[in-house]
Amino acid sequence: MTLLEFARGPAFQASVLILIAGVAWRLVAIILLRRRPQFAEPRHGLPARIGGGAATILSRFVPRRTFWPRIAVSVVLSATFHIGLAIIVFGGAPHILLIHQLTGLTWPSLPRGVISLVSGVTLACMIALLIRRLNHPVLRLLSTADDYLSWLLVFLPVLTGILLSGETIGGYATLLALHIISVELMMIWLPFGKLMHAGLVFAGRGLMGMNFSRKGAAT
Amino acid sequence: MNIAPTPPAGGAIHPSEEQVALAMRGFLADIGPASALALDSCIHCGRCAEACQFYVQTGDPRYTPIHKIAPFKQAYEREMGPFAFVYKLLGLTPKVSAGELMQWQELLYDSCNMCGRCSLICPMGIDIADLVEQARHGMYVAGMTPPDFLGVLAEKEKSTGSPFGMTTQQLQDALHDIGAKYDVVMHVDEAQAEIVPTISSIDLKTYPSSMAAIAKILNHMGASWSFRTDGFDADNVALTAGDRAGQRKITLGVVRAAVACGAKTLVMPECGHSFTEMRWEAANAYGKNLPFRIVQITELLAEGLANGQIRVNKAPQNATYHDACQLSRRGGASAAPRVILQSLGVDLHEMEDAGDANWCCGGGGGVALIKRAQPLRDKAFAIKKRQVEATGADKVFTSCSGCRQTLDHGGKATGWNKEVASLLELVADNLRD
Repeated sequence: MTLLEFARGPAFQASVLILIAGVAWRLVAIILLRRRPQFAEPRHGLPARIGGGAATILSRFVPRRTFWPRIAVSVVLSATFHIGLAIIVFGGAPHILLIHQLTGLTWPSLPRGVISLVSGVTLACMIALLIRRLNHPVLRLLSTADDYLSWLLVFLPVLTGILLSGETIGGYATLLALHIISVELMMIWLPFGKLMHAGLVFAGRGLMGMNFSRKGAAT
Repeated sequence: MNIAPTPPAGGAIHPSEEQVALAMRGFLADIGPASALALDSCIHCGRCAEACQFYVQTGDPRYTPIHKIAPFKQAYEREMGPFAFVYKLLGLTPKVSAGELMQWQELLYDSCNMCGRCSLICPMGIDIADLVEQARHGMYVAGMTPPDFLGVLAEKEKSTGSPFGMTTQQLQDALHDIGAKYDVVMHVDEAQAEIVPTISSIDLKTYPSSMAAIAKILNHMGASWSFRTDGFDADNVALTAGDRAGQRKITLGVVRAAVACGAKTLVMPECGHSFTEMRWEAANAYGKNLPFRIVQITELLAEGLANGQIRVNKAPQNATYHDACQLSRRGGASAAPRVILQSLGVDLHEMEDAGDANWCCGGGGGVALIKRAQPLRDKAFAIKKRQVEATGADKVFTSCSGCRQTLDHGGKATGWNKEVASLLELVADNLRD
């Protein structure tokens, strides 16, 4: 079995299994906790509370204006990095081909030059975010091994992706195998660390939006 | 989960291992899906620090809001989280030490107003203020509430029903004395009353004119109303101290007194935290829907002005308004004070961030009751002072006696020339017959 066959075969199957089982367990462990009944008369009915939850999911993408002067660097870097990742994953031709093979869905890809540029910007943002995390007193205090491991496991797919598209180092098959394995490592770690925020962000914002809307509080 | 009997809030200097275990269990007892989601979601982005007055004013990273619950987050991960069994098996999460927990007393009490500004900035939707309240529950059961004055007042409140230990007779006398002094008819302990105003001990001790003002307005409305001395405490110091049992006892006392006289409306005075407690937790403590509604005094005033039950003369003046965090950002009552000010013809000069994103006065969350926290409190007050001065207004109105007292004290300490006044009293002083 070649490295590429391993990456596409047993490694892929194992990582998908761990991803699904891990995420399911993490969500079940939260959902099964005891809920306290709420008897207080809400300020708003259920439709408004659901609307509040949905609105909060969207509104927290852009911080309130008053906060911008103090968090602009953090917001711009992380937003650019996240948008960059989305463009690479959903706009790159090889990724669209993979999605087509798995789901049957397809759409036009972005030009290779655009993806290369976006990849470079994404990588630069990630490096800047790491430097910031290592130097900012607040981030240094909050950071754990999970923060650095999660960063590395997102950084490696982007880096190997760039190397792969340029075929600058090593053979294509080896680079492709390393790229796939790096993504699989990310999938394996996702349920256990902060990468889980990819899903929890919607649940957290939505729940806060609903709870606060119930009180008529600011979301 | 069983919680050991509550020891007195002693603020022990050297907590024992047993106290640490009690603190963690006290915290975990409150964890439900929302808290678990919040504890699981943090991405360590640090933005909450930039919304916190204590970090912004000092630059000390320890005041980062999410860091204030760090030992409790660790307890959750180790004891209760989805992968707790793995942590236990591998010993990946070290136990919180007694010394560490002692350091967190300052972070959880002295440097948190529970104002929820951090909850507003969090990109993950974590209500950090709520987690701090839960962490304080843990600290309280471990006897680690700051004793001076927060812990002492909470203990007195739990044992006597009043943070200042007033007896029923003393309270009745105080209310009648206020009536006589301000020449207003007081209704006390009437058998039946449609409207029951609760009583803040800050008002009784420091701002008795507020007590007279609410009586004057309710008389003006022609309402059937009465103070109740068998369940009156609107301070609920227990809430900010972290005393869950005391909090429930006080809350239920107020509910039962209102039920006993057939109240249709329970009015919370000019106080932020007590409104949050009664409005959202009283029914839960009661275990069913309440037979009356709960409103904050500004909501009652705005409603009365709108339906004509309250008639006022114009009182034109140049002023700004300080939002109490629990009433505006956390309580959804930002509009009512502005309706009142407009009805009175006040030329309102809003502060930057007025309403939902306002800065706390620095005294919220019981910080005003912690003597050693004054230097830190003054730093938070400096933001408010700067903002008020930027409006050019001569006067600051507010609807929270706790805020009023903090602003008064801060003003005196810094030789500030702004008058801080009650919105309730403004209405009472300008009633039109």
